[in-house]
Amino acid sequence: MDQLLQFLISGLTVGSIYALVALGFSIIYNASDVVNFAQGEFVMIGAMSAIFLMKAGLSYPLAALLAIAITAGVGLALEKFAIEPAKNATVVSTIIITIGASIFLRGAALLIWGKEIYGLPPFTSNNPIKIGNATILPQNLWVMLGTAVTVLAVKYFFDRTKMGKAILACSYNKKAAYLVGINVKKMLLVAYGLSAALGAAAGLLVTPITFMSYGAGVMLGLKGFCAAILGGMGNSMGAVLGGILLGIVETVGAGFISSGYKDAIAFFVILLVLFIKPSGILGKGEAERV
Amino acid sequence: MRFLKNIVTLLAAFSLVLLSGTGMVQAKDTLKIGSFLAVTGPASFLGDPELKTLQMYIEEINAKGGINGHKIEFVHYDTKGKAKEAKNFVNRLIKKDKVDVIIGGTTSGNSLAVIDIVEKAKVPFISLAGSIKIVEPVKKWVFKTPHTDKMAAEKIFADMKKRGIKKAALITGNGGFDKSGRAQCLALAPKYGIEIVADEKYGNADTDMTTQLTKIRATDAQAIINFGFGKAPAIVAKNIKQLGIKLPVYESHGVASKKFIELAGDAANGIRLPAAALIVADQLSDKDPQKKVLLAYKKKYEAKYGPVSTFGGHAYDALFITVEAVKRAGTIDRAKIRDEIEKTHGFVGTGGIFNMSPTDHLGLNLDAFKMIEIQNGNWKLLY
Amino acid sequence: MKRLSGFAIFAAVCLLLPVIFPDNYYVTVVGLTIFVNVTLAVSLNLLMGYAGQISLGHAAFFGLGAYSSAILTIKYGLNPWLAMIFGAALVLCLSYVLSRPILRLKGHYLAMATLGLGIIVHIFFVQADELTGGPDGISGLPTLSLFGVPIDSDIKWYFVLCSYMLLSVLFSLNIADSRAGRALSAVHGSEIAAQMMGIDTAKVKSYIFVFSALMATIAGSLFAHQQDFVSPESFSFFFSIELVTMVVLGGLGSTFGAVMGAFILSILPEVLIVFEDFEVLIFGLILMVIMIFLPEGLFVSLKNRAAIMLSKRESGS
Repeated sequence: MDQLLQFLISGLTVGSIYALVALGFSIIYNASDVVNFAQGEFVMIGAMSAIFLMKAGLSYPLAALLAIAITAGVGLALEKFAIEPAKNATVVSTIIITIGASIFLRGAALLIWGKEIYGLPPFTSNNPIKIGNATILPQNLWVMLGTAVTVLAVKYFFDRTKMGKAILACSYNKKAAYLVGINVKKMLLVAYGLSAALGAAAGLLVTPITFMSYGAGVMLGLKGFCAAILGGMGNSMGAVLGGILLGIVETVGAGFISSGYKDAIAFFVILLVLFIKPSGILGKGEAERV
Repeated sequence: MRFLKNIVTLLAAFSLVLLSGTGMVQAKDTLKIGSFLAVTGPASFLGDPELKTLQMYIEEINAKGGINGHKIEFVHYDTKGKAKEAKNFVNRLIKKDKVDVIIGGTTSGNSLAVIDIVEKAKVPFISLAGSIKIVEPVKKWVFKTPHTDKMAAEKIFADMKKRGIKKAALITGNGGFDKSGRAQCLALAPKYGIEIVADEKYGNADTDMTTQLTKIRATDAQAIINFGFGKAPAIVAKNIKQLGIKLPVYESHGVASKKFIELAGDAANGIRLPAAALIVADQLSDKDPQKKVLLAYKKKYEAKYGPVSTFGGHAYDALFITVEAVKRAGTIDRAKIRDEIEKTHGFVGTGGIFNMSPTDHLGLNLDAFKMIEIQNGNWKLLY
Repeated sequence: MKRLSGFAIFAAVCLLLPVIFPDNYYVTVVGLTIFVNVTLAVSLNLLMGYAGQISLGHAAFFGLGAYSSAILTIKYGLNPWLAMIFGAALVLCLSYVLSRPILRLKGHYLAMATLGLGIIVHIFFVQADELTGGPDGISGLPTLSLFGVPIDSDIKWYFVLCSYMLLSVLFSLNIADSRAGRALSAVHGSEIAAQMMGIDTAKVKSYIFVFSALMATIAGSLFAHQQDFVSPESFSFFFSIELVTMVVLGGLGSTFGAVMGAFILSILPEVLIVFEDFEVLIFGLILMVIMIFLPEGLFVSLKNRAAIMLSKRESGS
């Protein structure tokens, strides 16, 4: 029982990291129906920028803010120079563009920051907190808090603000959105910028726990994508649910079945869920596409 | 402006390759050394210092007029750690670049993948990877310079025996290095009277290993062994501290770089590992024949690139074993170079003192490994 | 007929190249990789291009073929051809069983499911050490013999892999022209419309899924024998994504598009080597630029442009 508690806590920790990345996928998907495979690179760029800004002598908070701004800029640039010119591309072609972008960004990170692995100091103390016989690090709580705040903010943004609703409208029907006077181009830019900023925030939160290097975005992006699909693409609550579920399935699978096959177990569960519910747990069923 | 110049050079190189298709024209008596290393990708922290070391010393050798007048031409490819690429590039080195000696194969997987090719083509190959499988059984054209995973496991178990540890838990990653180390630990433990009571695994890109360590905590293990490299061992160390596990922890030589201490922070303190003498060069006694070589390499490397690691040292050893062999052979004939490499005797390298023979294509014994403990964020030579 | 004349020219060029350049590295070494990739891309294009079903797990079938051959010949001493047939039979059963539930999924969910499948198979290759040799893989496969002739040199492999590649291209071209092919295009166009016309879309899709998997499996067996070595990373999800990229880059739904995409993505890294650290960056850039400016894929876009130019000239004269 002691073990189970620790497994669940670990699952929650890992899961909230996945959830945070999955949220980024959701936002872009909501605005443009595109699954942005460069999402993991946003996480990496956010973290690496902060690391090097701090190395250059900036304070932690300032470096973090600047890093988020830099990453948002990269997101805007991606939309402006790669997604917007390809507006006639099919969904599959757009996916390949984002894959190309992720390779490009990784290549750029390699040139700018090199191949080394780096860490960031934890936001607050590094002393584990005991819960029964299980322990958790303060930074893990920061990740969970970060996830909770972002998901609520994102939900508020899409449900309550004019701009959020406008972005959603773009995703339902671009032409109709345009006809009612929504600046579709601007909305897409906002979505990419926001998603990139979110990715950067995720990078800042997780780097004190998992470290970062130019290639580390790939796996984080992949897991985030899985979480987003598991929960139902485009649903921000689904992304969080998917992320946490994925994390818990992984740790419980590793704990009770086999740590070597834990990822296989997780994917097996995802497949089962999709076979039963083809549009993810909270997904609304997708219109025919691709 | 410099950027522009780089682009122009690149474009020129690009068109040259496209047009010629055959690369450079081979001068009459240059020694062509080919290399395939994992300079990028997950094993880049191994491949990167290896490449830098080779480039730095080859430049120096050429500046001094080469080996007995033979200048060295260096051809290098980045495998990104992929075995398929390694195979392709070794084919390219042999068939297109027509090299005389091959140094490389950063990871065991990369090295093992190309053994058949070099054996068939009869090109001397010095591997920079850890697995014992590379040189056991002995292959005619294949040599290696790094200590083996088998030696690491033996060194760790010997130390455990000294401390009276009888039960150990194993936690390893999913890479070739990790898996091969795990297999050696499982195979050798009975010989030292040690029982492996847990055998946990993680993925090298994983973000958290507390689950596996929680399971280990529930066993009666008296020590934890982790075989791995990159960021994963640092996460393992931090997670051990987080869970409040007080057992002695052993890492492998895969973490023998300052990066590990930097990443793991104070969680690294108390961890023991077997490693080459390079990282504790200044703590060696002055009588140690290796000390001079080690300090010279360290000084030269650090002056140019920053903190030294043992991995680059393996490339140093491979290069100079080759250089010595060419000197003795007096020719750049592949077969003669091979014969002379096999006769390497008393060569003082960064990894130890090499004594190769027809039955031993590594030539290091267990003394070449030092037992090191991390204390106050620094390496401390134990014995 | 016109379609097959294109194929004849293509086949002639492929078969003549090694005669003209018998010792060229790009022909006899890189060529082999290209043929394997072309075969895989063509098989994936059947599924993606004609049946409209994305797959991010194609490398798994490729890997299952390779590992079946390696394990059955080395560990169980089976004849290589027999091992290849066993591998194909295994994948036949597996892909048939999986096809129905998987192909019920749509779009990104289908992508996820196939991705998961590919990763599960890959994890099995890495973790089942005793059987698969773990990350280090298995080497030392027996030499494959065809009609008593051992295939033991690059040039012999060139012709074997080239033949298999040409067969798969021919097969794909014929499917596109057949009744089944038109049914397929209907599936891609609109599933509902196809159903209205009395086509059992689910059946057609699952047949294609199985066919496509089988083509990849046999390519895997040949690849294992040619490389003399198998290891998990040749069959990772990165390679699956690379295959999808090949298909889309050349032009989804066009057999020669897949051929061209595979050719470019196989040759590009060889050429970009000289850029060293810049390689990754340039590779990503090229990928983006092609897809942004020729979203239908290189081959299809160029073909369409050529057609427009021709028709303009005709109407002008």
